[in-house]
Amino acid sequence: MNGKISMKWALGLFAFAAWAVLYWHLEAISNLAVQGLTHLFTFLQPGNRAFESFVFFLYDTPKVMMLLVTVVFGVGIVRTFFSPERTRKLLAGRGAFTGNALAALLGTVTPFCSCSAVPLFIGFLSAGVPLGATFSFLVSAPMVNEVALVLLFGMFGWKVAALYMGTGLAVAMIAGYVLGRVKLDHLVEDWVWAIRSSTQTADAKLTWSERAGAGRDAVREVVGKVWMWVLLGIAVGAGIHGYVPQDFFVKILGAGAWWSVPLAVLLGVPMYSNAAGIVPIISALLEKGAALGTSLSFMMAVIALSLPEAILLRKVLKPKLLVIFFGTVACGIMLVGYLFNFLL
Amino acid sequence: MKQIQVLGGGCSKCIILAEEVKKAADEMGIEIHVEKVTDYPTILGFGVMTTPALVVDGKVMFSGKVLKADALKEYLK
Repeated sequence: MNGKISMKWALGLFAFAAWAVLYWHLEAISNLAVQGLTHLFTFLQPGNRAFESFVFFLYDTPKVMMLLVTVVFGVGIVRTFFSPERTRKLLAGRGAFTGNALAALLGTVTPFCSCSAVPLFIGFLSAGVPLGATFSFLVSAPMVNEVALVLLFGMFGWKVAALYMGTGLAVAMIAGYVLGRVKLDHLVEDWVWAIRSSTQTADAKLTWSERAGAGRDAVREVVGKVWMWVLLGIAVGAGIHGYVPQDFFVKILGAGAWWSVPLAVLLGVPMYSNAAGIVPIISALLEKGAALGTSLSFMMAVIALSLPEAILLRKVLKPKLLVIFFGTVACGIMLVGYLFNFLL
Repeated sequence: MKQIQVLGGGCSKCIILAEEVKKAADEMGIEIHVEKVTDYPTILGFGVMTTPALVVDGKVMFSGKVLKADALKEYLK
């Protein structure tokens, strides 16, 4: 190992240690900031609405941003080990169930952008990946993503984040399994089956500093895109936290209102790309009486059922299959909502 | 003259990549011909599943990312 590389390692390690120390003491730092600001601005006094909103914003923003940068960097590195080509090879010719389970799991770590959904779909099918497994992948890849998980972890704690991840994977596996069982191959546009995709792409060997570079690029791209939504979401959440009366949402978003789950899913569909902003708002809604199941359904619908992706996929799926696919996923999401409203 | 193909279904990233390639070639003072490939059968024919991808003289250089002009020069040599 030459000097330049070990220098980089040392710097990285130092940065991580500094991050950890800062994160560990974040609450104390935020406490100090709150104290200082209440001295400066007399309208911010403990117990009043402006103060409650302000504290919500001040505690959550640095926490979520710090987590976001680190996790996106880490995931960016992990993704260098899972190219779509490799995932495809792992999935080709798998049987039902194992194929679906593996596809849903690989969907979480394979680099995926909904703009590549079509070539990926064709590439998978032409290499012999079953249609059902391909669907499992297409559900889990956008739904179980690092930005959503970081926000859930930062604002709700690890239990809700794990719940979201677990049920998200389950929806992806089961929806793909069901779709695979009912034999829908004839509803894929005919020209897709005619494509012979070349599978001989060289898997580039990367060095560790190239992987770290990929992590850095991921931070630049992902955090650069979502930070504004995160801030906006936390600001709106902070407003709700301070100004909306307690139990305000029990009637419309509580577990008692049966129609709230399908409504949440319907509302979620057009809200694509604002996923980062939605989670903080939901955390405030939950506080004011919205049910957890309904909230989970809403989040999943926002993140997984995206209108632009549906329009892209129309190129390869006949309209009937497009409706069946999105309908099945929507049903799965609603099931999750009812399940948790019923259980908790 | 080098034949460059930018593969991608017309997303904004593909347009940026094509621009960056032209910029790189300008700075290097070489002549290139850039073609945007948007039809999926041809894209898949190259074995590419993530767009945008860069093809130089028929060979896939990389896929699924956008590089800046400086980083692209290496592929145009």
